Amino acid sequence: MGFPEEVLEHVFSFITSHTDRNVVSLVCKSWYEIERWCRRRIFVGNCYAVSPAMMIRRFPEVRSVELKGKPHFADFNLVPDGWGGYFYPWICEMARAYPWLEEIKLKRMVVTDDNLELISKSFKNFKVLVLSSCEGFSTHGLAAIAANCRNLRELDLRESEVEDLSGHWLSHFPDSCTSLQSLNMSCLSSEVSFSALQRLIARSPNLKTLRLNRAVPLEKLSTLLRRAPQLVELGTGAYSAEIRPDVYANLTEAFSRCKEVKGLSGFWDVLPSYLPAIYSVCSRLTSLNLSYATIQSPDVTKIITQCPNLQSLSVLDYIEDTGLNALSLSCKDLRELRVFPSDPFVANANVSLTEQGLVAVSEGCSKLQSVLYFCRQMSNSALTTIAKNRPNLTCFRLCILEPRAPDYLTFEPLDVGFGAIVEHCKQLQRLSLSGLLTDRVFEYIGKWAKKLEMLSIAFAGDSDLGLHHVLSGCDSLRKLEIRDCPFGDKALLANVSKLETMRSLWMSSCSVSLGACKRLSQKMPRLNVEVIDEQGDLDSRPDNCHVEKLYIYRTVAGPRFDMPSFIRTMDQNPTYRS
Amino acid sequence: MDQKRSTLNLFENIDLATELRLGLPGTDDQPEIKTSLSGNKRSSSEIGSSASCKDEDESSFSPPAKEQVVGWPPVRSYRKNILQVKKTEPETGSGMYVKVSMDGAPYLRKLDLKMYKSYEELMKGLQEMFKCIIGLYSEREGYNGSQHALTYEDKDGDWMLVGDVPWEMFISSCKRLRIMKSCEARGLGDFL
Repeated sequence: MGFPEEVLEHVFSFITSHTDRNVVSLVCKSWYEIERWCRRRIFVGNCYAVSPAMMIRRFPEVRSVELKGKPHFADFNLVPDGWGGYFYPWICEMARAYPWLEEIKLKRMVVTDDNLELISKSFKNFKVLVLSSCEGFSTHGLAAIAANCRNLRELDLRESEVEDLSGHWLSHFPDSCTSLQSLNMSCLSSEVSFSALQRLIARSPNLKTLRLNRAVPLEKLSTLLRRAPQLVELGTGAYSAEIRPDVYANLTEAFSRCKEVKGLSGFWDVLPSYLPAIYSVCSRLTSLNLSYATIQSPDVTKIITQCPNLQSLSVLDYIEDTGLNALSLSCKDLRELRVFPSDPFVANANVSLTEQGLVAVSEGCSKLQSVLYFCRQMSNSALTTIAKNRPNLTCFRLCILEPRAPDYLTFEPLDVGFGAIVEHCKQLQRLSLSGLLTDRVFEYIGKWAKKLEMLSIAFAGDSDLGLHHVLSGCDSLRKLEIRDCPFGDKALLANVSKLETMRSLWMSSCSVSLGACKRLSQKMPRLNVEVIDEQGDLDSRPDNCHVEKLYIYRTVAGPRFDMPSFIRTMDQNPTYRS
Repeated sequence: MDQKRSTLNLFENIDLATELRLGLPGTDDQPEIKTSLSGNKRSSSEIGSSASCKDEDESSFSPPAKEQVVGWPPVRSYRKNILQVKKTEPETGSGMYVKVSMDGAPYLRKLDLKMYKSYEELMKGLQEMFKCIIGLYSEREGYNGSQHALTYEDKDGDWMLVGDVPWEMFISSCKRLRIMKSCEARGLGDFL
């Protein structure tokens, strides 16, 4: 501690992880001061946990801000429109306070065209804009970004809902802009000017990631690729065209020139005859996203068996058990597998994909860490086998399409199977449950899942005991989201202090009473207990009625005031404040 | 041990004793599950009987008629939209029979397109039915050296070469099939 500030600052500059920096700041007052002046990157996991003013006051010299807004269940339409997550207050303050800001990364936030224009005009050195699952803006806002951000390096709109007024926005990139390294416009539907796109790519020698939208025709893809042979990540547009030998030949040749490509995505509307064009890059692929490609198992298999270096695969369940078996034999470096349902609303299986496919991959792919798997049947024995095969799993998200589906062999609940997962996979950080589950599975989770940070529960459990096991046992829990479970007041009120150690808790269609919400809020002044009830006036409801939806999160910013009328923060009795 | 005791105490303080149980779920003294939850919820007694009576008719476990639950399964809406656009099978689907003729054969046949999931499967089915080899046209290999080529009549009444469009698009527009001699079909492929 006798070191001069500059030395400490220099040392701190090597400490980049947010948690590490937070720990550094707690050592002593002088380290706190030094650290806060040299912190350059901020991550706010819940935009309502802290206010923009507080962030700016503590960290005056920030270059990169990352914010998350809506709860995860917003992805599945469980969070009503107008809930919140507005970027507006943040950009207003940051525009004033951070003239040297370079990066803004937002997830599940509401961003307007005005916000985008303000970004584009406020930060002279602005470089990176990532809008992940955001909404509220149109292509006009994108035009402002394109036109005004002279040093733009990255524009990534992944999975955002954009009001697509025209493709003209892309033409706003000035001829002088040559700094682009990453462009992801895959969520847009309008066609952009092809010549503008071509010229943009041609003058961006550092372009490494290019994710096109569906509207970019396959016949023109080779033209673009020829101008960007240095690409590392490519997302195609629609992958079908009239069968023409010249188009096919051009495409094959263009792909063969892309010696650096490691990741492929896109592949909407695939015409299988054109797939062999990518074969020349397969051996180098580490990442492949075929989750929009409605191609059958033989075609999928033909591709993946040529990708021995594959680490991450996203695919539709058309791959079937046979394809997954082939995957397990060919892709020994696989770390992440995501299998999406092709027809989730049909009761009977439209494809031959069962638990066996996942078992095979768990056997053959020793590095498998992360699984997202949609299927129609599961058994305790399969889950136990998977758990024993892959104790190195860190993320296991299983979705059996039918709620409360039991073990299809024994008709028992799947408690034992998921119990095996948490018992054997000691590093498990994320878990999503499905199928028929009793309180017993939560007993196992509370007992074994000590590193679990995020848990998603749906249509499970018998009583409050289930929730109590989780809240009292899962030491590392940060995010808990629950829907349609018979969990009520007892477990919540027995674990109030736990809630302050977590980022957030979401409960919808459960059995929590309005009265319990009020009591919880009174006991815990640093939690916002927000009740969502679209049906009617919360004020006239009796305390014993169940709330529709409940969102509880820790905060130092107090209750928020940007909510619609059907969301209320429960009052905190002033006499309980410390 | 102490922790467990104090846990039970906490529960007692909140007015409802909850026993820690070791028995199987669904047995008699299971607390009543409130029915104010979503329509899909089965009562605990159903679950209990399912667990203990394995020999019962399996249909007692089949779910009620599929009502769509909000936000389930947890698939993002942009994924749902893409797949719904692809869905071309008719709602009343009980087969998509089309007539199949082969040049030189005296009788026509009928074939259910829904039995097949890909062009390869369709070819295999046809080859078995007509005892011939049919080549799917490809730019590199022509008709694979076979004597026959497969064409179809689409919704507009035009005769098209099979294999150009994605499978789902094909089965939704195919009205009948014709197995032509490949020398005659070459005309169709030549302008490509």
